[in-house]
Amino acid sequence: MDTQKFADQIRFYTMKELDNLGFGHFGGSLSIVETLAVLYGNVMNVSPEKKDDPDRDYFVLSKGHAGPALYATLFLKGYFDEGFLYSLNQNGTNLPSHPDRIKTPGVDMTTGSLGQGISAATGIAKGNQLLGKSNYTYAIVGDGELNEGQCWEAFQFAAHQKLDHLIVLIDDNKKQLDGYTTDICDPFDFVEKMQAFGFSSWRVDGSDVDAIEAAIDQAKQVKGKPTAIVLDTVKGQGVPYLEELVDNHHIRPDEAAKAAIKEAIVTLAEKIEVNPQ
Amino acid sequence: MKNLEMRQVYTETILALAEKDQKVVALEADLASSMGTSKLKEQLGKHYINVGIMEAEEMGAAAGLAVTGFTPFIHTFAPFATRRSFDQVFLSLGYAKNHAVIVGTDPGVTAEMNGGTHMPFEDVALMRVIPGNNIYEVSDPYQFKAILEYAHTAKGLFYIRTIRKQATSLYTGEEDFSKGYVKLKEGTAGTIFASGIMVEEALQAAVDLEEQGISVQVIDLFRIKPMNEEIVIEAAKMGPVVTAENHNVIGGLGSAVAEIVAENHPVKMKRIGVKEQFGQVGKMEYLKEVYGLKAVDISKAMSELNR
Repeated sequence: MDTQKFADQIRFYTMKELDNLGFGHFGGSLSIVETLAVLYGNVMNVSPEKKDDPDRDYFVLSKGHAGPALYATLFLKGYFDEGFLYSLNQNGTNLPSHPDRIKTPGVDMTTGSLGQGISAATGIAKGNQLLGKSNYTYAIVGDGELNEGQCWEAFQFAAHQKLDHLIVLIDDNKKQLDGYTTDICDPFDFVEKMQAFGFSSWRVDGSDVDAIEAAIDQAKQVKGKPTAIVLDTVKGQGVPYLEELVDNHHIRPDEAAKAAIKEAIVTLAEKIEVNPQ
Repeated sequence: MKNLEMRQVYTETILALAEKDQKVVALEADLASSMGTSKLKEQLGKHYINVGIMEAEEMGAAAGLAVTGFTPFIHTFAPFATRRSFDQVFLSLGYAKNHAVIVGTDPGVTAEMNGGTHMPFEDVALMRVIPGNNIYEVSDPYQFKAILEYAHTAKGLFYIRTIRKQATSLYTGEEDFSKGYVKLKEGTAGTIFASGIMVEEALQAAVDLEEQGISVQVIDLFRIKPMNEEIVIEAAKMGPVVTAENHNVIGGLGSAVAEIVAENHPVKMKRIGVKEQFGQVGKMEYLKEVYGLKAVDISKAMSELNR
């Protein structure tokens, strides 16, 4: 699969989905697009046909507010049709802002209260370890989310239990709702911290699909401990207007932003050769 | 069984369930010594997980284990199982519809020497507001075993509140616990609903009331949610109702009974329990007196209602 093209498709549908709603978590959804493309495009053994297969891989979006990007990915993988994608946050929807394992096909764990998803991911990885399976559990955690103490409980558990089939992907997009992570509660160096917590950890360019894929391949070679790949990303990644927007966590676009978003959708449509409508 | 401590019942029952079901796992948060679950560690092996002092992770990891098809039995002290990890229990287990069994020990005054910090008078209130949750307060070893076995087979979230040590034996093991209550004494002038350690006090109160010429029925209402509405309405139709609980009167057994009574058959009621107070250190008998949890408090309330 052409992973970059898949990333462009995910970005296009994420933008359309949020534009259709009119507002939402653009910034943190876009920063994980390349990672989702690698995971769902080339790495994970998952598909709608395999949803009940216990040997499939598992995915937990611990930073649940990036749900829209996951939903665009699941639509492209065939878990549901395009119309469902635009039911995002509509009254009575089965596609809520934050992922729900009961409501949305393809969602493995309900997340959104930050810090809880990573704990569930450790439980899923532990369950598969107990079952003697070789499948992997992937979790995307936000850099801001790592403010939550529960994440560090989960990491201690993962290291102690030697969950080497748990791969944590830290979306280091440097911002949280109220501003830069370094200004709010300086996270210092995630790689050093994760290593100190018993993980194998290193940093990669989170906008480079080949680099992300290589990192996951490398993570799978690690035995006896979990891995944390720190993804160097940008909030609003891949959409220049949103990247430059300072306040880009949850966006209620003004007229200028609306026009820029429409323009970005057209540009992305040209790139992936689809009708922007 | 009769002489077993509740913690032994827990261990023995989980071992028996695990023997039949490879998907049973037991989670502990550094209270194995208090709970006496070392036998679980020995015999369950990898299926026994002591996460350390981290209850949020205990609940979250249990949720993940449930996602992969395991049935987690989760133990910690009642305050940590509820108020400390409430959002994790609410969302990762309750809202996410994961099947799990939480056992919270040392409820209310039974925390004794651990004192106010460890003394939950609010755990049932918290758990009651989780939609679809099942809540039990057990009073006897046979009852505890039966409820653990039921929670293993049923689906959904369970919270079982129990003391750790020896409970007064009320049953023989032949009882039917499926209705969520057991009538322990017949009577016609009113009803005392009690749970946990308060059942014994309620029975004593009924004896005292008999001496005053007031014959009341005593019901062990151990299933707090979903509560058996029929028995509560039936009792209200008969006469006044007194509830007795080792918990704040706000949000627990008394509140649950009052809601059913008020909406279906309003009748005079009194709630015996802790009233707007925090816990404190003390021996159980002392604490029962301080918080008004004695048989005399129950009988006084009932005789006032019968005036």
